[in-house]
Amino acid sequence: MTARSDGVPPLQWSASGPYDLRETPLSTPAIPLLLAAEGDGEFHAPTVADFFPPAIFFEGTPFEFNRIMLVRFIAAAVLLTVFVIAARRAKVVPGRFQNVIEMILDFVRNSIAVEVLGEKNGRKYFPLLATIFCTVLVMNLTGVTPFLNIAGTSVIGLPIVLALWTYVMYLGAGVKAHGVGGFLKNSLLPPGVPAPLYVLLVPIEFLQVFILRPATLAIRLMANMVAGHLMLAICFAATSFFLFDASGGMKLFGAGTFVAGSAFFFFEIFVAALQAYVFAILTAVYLNLSVEAEH
Amino acid sequence: MMNSPLTATNADVLAAEEETTANLLLPHTYDIVWSLVIVVIVGLVFYRYVLPKFQAVLDERTAKIEGGIAQAEKAQEEAAEALKEYHQQLAEARADAAKTREEARAEGTAIIAELRTKAQDEASRIVETAHRQIEAERQTAAVSLRTEVGALATELASKIVGESLQDSARQSRVVDRFLDELEAAGDEPRTAQTASAGSSAGKEG
Repeated sequence: MTARSDGVPPLQWSASGPYDLRETPLSTPAIPLLLAAEGDGEFHAPTVADFFPPAIFFEGTPFEFNRIMLVRFIAAAVLLTVFVIAARRAKVVPGRFQNVIEMILDFVRNSIAVEVLGEKNGRKYFPLLATIFCTVLVMNLTGVTPFLNIAGTSVIGLPIVLALWTYVMYLGAGVKAHGVGGFLKNSLLPPGVPAPLYVLLVPIEFLQVFILRPATLAIRLMANMVAGHLMLAICFAATSFFLFDASGGMKLFGAGTFVAGSAFFFFEIFVAALQAYVFAILTAVYLNLSVEAEH
Repeated sequence: MMNSPLTATNADVLAAEEETTANLLLPHTYDIVWSLVIVVIVGLVFYRYVLPKFQAVLDERTAKIEGGIAQAEKAQEEAAEALKEYHQQLAEARADAAKTREEARAEGTAIIAELRTKAQDEASRIVETAHRQIEAERQTAAVSLRTEVGALATELASKIVGESLQDSARQSRVVDRFLDELEAAGDEPRTAQTASAGSSAGKEG
């Protein structure tokens, strides 16, 4: 649209891909600019279609298998291989490899489980938190793994499944601790509020506990990973475009976009770890809100 | 969209695109299915194998560390006890040494005192012997002197008086008497004694 308002004739680049980037809600202001810079259609900007690659097999069935599913399986296989080998070789006096694995587990145990839930409940829910943290972490890291290049959590299915697991666990924990009535009362009727306000508060709390918590868990994770992928893909696609397809001085822009892309690469590693931490700690917080007597 | 003539293809693309955009938040069935498969597999392996194994190792480590700490505490306790015992023994040894030294000193003093006593006895014995010897010699001298002095005096008196005093019995009686007087006057000053001896000798004559 920017291109058009500038009086530049409509670009014919859409022949290179199925979607018009300028029209997708996820397109950034950079895209039309980049597109306007060169009109030969060689620039392969990332699109939402990246997250819905063509099926490899079972197309059209509930078992349709595509590249992202493959990436997830690879990530899961790597995760399980590493942890199973570590567990099999686990000794009382740990080696370097075991130390690293134990550091991750200790982090989840101390900084997430026990920190939020206390000693007793922290130990009880540690397996849940450790599994969620490790799964999310490894699935996030596929986004910055060469050749995989897309996060397993950047498609909503996996975040939803994980969020539903959390959802079931914290509802179950609440009902187990206080009974159905007690849990509803604890969740929906916060103490210390004048009775008339409950007219407002009950629907808000209901929405919060039963819909927003799992929804935000899933969407936050997915959106972060989608954004990360798009930023990385734009930077490196632009680098490739500037270096190989642009002419003369335009090639210099390639250096800039490459530096930006590298910076985003390390930023994405940080985001991958951060989002895994956020997911796990929110799970712990929700569990704590459920099992706590009063809040 | 308004200022661009849309071909039929473009419209289709847009429609597809809108569907895709919505699908970013709404999962495909296959997505959920495979995600579920993965989560269940990972969860099972973690819950059944990985985490219990690490927990076991962790517990074992804790137990070992606690055992080690207990052992170290025991060892320290033993060391402290040994040190205490050693100190006690040292103190006892010191006390013993002091006692022995004290005894030795006392014994030494006793020996010295005994030796001193013995030496004193010996000395007094020697002195006494000497005294006795001197007394004996004095008496011998006195006896011999009496005889000689008697003879001399008698001779002298005979010559002076002209009368022979050869009668030995009488002579000796006179001398004895003289000497007895002399002795009796032994306590008096020498002049008196001499005078007395002279007078008695004169009386005798």
